[in-house]
Amino acid sequence: MQEALRFLLPEAEPVDRADFIDQARLARRNSQTPSRGLALTIRALRKSFGDNEVLRGIDLHIPAGQFVAIVGRSGCGKSTLLRLIAGLETIDAGTIGFGEKTRPEDVRVMFQEPRLLPWARVLSNVEVGLGRDRASADAQARADKALGEVGLDDKRGQWPAVLSGGQKQRVALARALVSDPRVLAFDEPLGALDALTRISMQRLLERVWRDQAFTAILVTHDVSEAVALADRVLVIEEGRIAHDVTVDIPRPRRRGSADLAALEGSILRHLLQSGDDPSEL
Amino acid sequence: MSLIESLPRIRGLRLPRVDGLIQWIVPLAILLIWQAACVAGLVPARVLPAPSDVAMAGWKLLLSGELARNIWVSFWRASTGFVIGGGIGFAFGLVNGLSQLGSKLTDTTLQMVRNIPHLALIPLVILWFGIDETAKLFLVALGVFFPIYLNTLHGIRTVDPHLIEMGRIYGMTDSELFRRIILPGALPSIFVGLRFALGIMWLTLIVAETIAASSGLGYMAMQAREFMQIDVVVLSILIYALLGKLADSASGALERLTLSWHPAFQQH
Repeated sequence: MQEALRFLLPEAEPVDRADFIDQARLARRNSQTPSRGLALTIRALRKSFGDNEVLRGIDLHIPAGQFVAIVGRSGCGKSTLLRLIAGLETIDAGTIGFGEKTRPEDVRVMFQEPRLLPWARVLSNVEVGLGRDRASADAQARADKALGEVGLDDKRGQWPAVLSGGQKQRVALARALVSDPRVLAFDEPLGALDALTRISMQRLLERVWRDQAFTAILVTHDVSEAVALADRVLVIEEGRIAHDVTVDIPRPRRRGSADLAALEGSILRHLLQSGDDPSEL
Repeated sequence: MSLIESLPRIRGLRLPRVDGLIQWIVPLAILLIWQAACVAGLVPARVLPAPSDVAMAGWKLLLSGELARNIWVSFWRASTGFVIGGGIGFAFGLVNGLSQLGSKLTDTTLQMVRNIPHLALIPLVILWFGIDETAKLFLVALGVFFPIYLNTLHGIRTVDPHLIEMGRIYGMTDSELFRRIILPGALPSIFVGLRFALGIMWLTLIVAETIAASSGLGYMAMQAREFMQIDVVVLSILIYALLGKLADSASGALERLTLSWHPAFQQH
């Protein structure tokens, strides 16, 4: 019980201070501090698997540093879009441009499964994320720093098998962050976590996104997660972007606030209307 | 309090140093009962000699140098055959696990050969090689080949594709991918093959030495049968048991060393 309470404590943190810090950050961001993130321009993107056309012409511009959430029913093509952005699938037609030339380390993906190497200690799992810089002299120091960012400094020498689901996912996040990516794509990264761990992971994602100012693309089926985290929510239906909703609710967002609930409700209604069978949701 | 309830307490009390000895309680008890039965005259010495007689026979053979020589010859045959057959099996497992072409080319053939009991080849092997060393090495190598081949292949094919995709995303080269993901992922399965192979190794060698040899443990046992030295026959059998246990312990130690990441091998 004590454990659970301690877990909930951060939520009850004095809001004023958090607000203050947030205002400062917002001011910094609004004062044209260039984002480290990359802008993304997608034109007429199509992708089929066999006879099944999954993406039927996606046109999309994501400004540098934006946090975009992509929601939709299962099989609507949202994961495929993410995999195409991450370069994990080949494009059938159309283009995906990053505005400038990218290194392979600039775009990183985080999956629903942590995909850690069970036979490597936590620290060397994070070092994997350095890509070609794995062998460099400061590899270990950088991995340590990334572990610190996700709050797992004390687990560096552990085997992944002894970590909890949330901790494993944090190691995966550290691995994705260690190369200082400029685009981070998340494919349902919190889908397999329990509700409490989910909330603390959402906070962590928001924090690292603000600190490191990368462009974030989050695929999720959880609309409340999308509106809580994102600047913008895209609803994908049958391989096309059906709705493009801007979330202009100031951060930090209070979970369960009326604004968020209203927005979540309207996006859910979009999703429900589109379905042939509303009872599915 | 029932017995079941009290079990965890007993386990909690045990001393770590005693822990390693527990496994020897049953073999020792069997030896003691056996000795007692022989001394009491319950078992005629012509059927089963007392452990003390077997030990005496062993001592005499040890003094004459015959025992050490025969054990050495058998050990050499077993390990050489194992390295040759296991090495080839491992190589085929790697090639067929990693390459579609290799697998298409040779897997069907190997699966057909696998279904021939390798001991059925003994008459053929004697015709080919006579009763010299080659015959025994060939049989051991053939017997060891398949468990190593099959388990290496299976291990490589069942490596989590998600991990391989992860490795590619993070820019691993093919050799890094093999070294850091495929080989460690296949290792638990390769060890299963290793243990099977060790069992088959002794079995094959003993059969081969019993049928066609002029030295080695199997030969020693057959020779003793000719002269009705039942104590030596029993001695040979006990030595097989010890050698088998030794090989198993060695592979177990190797497993603990290389699979320390595996939840099954982690200390609690």
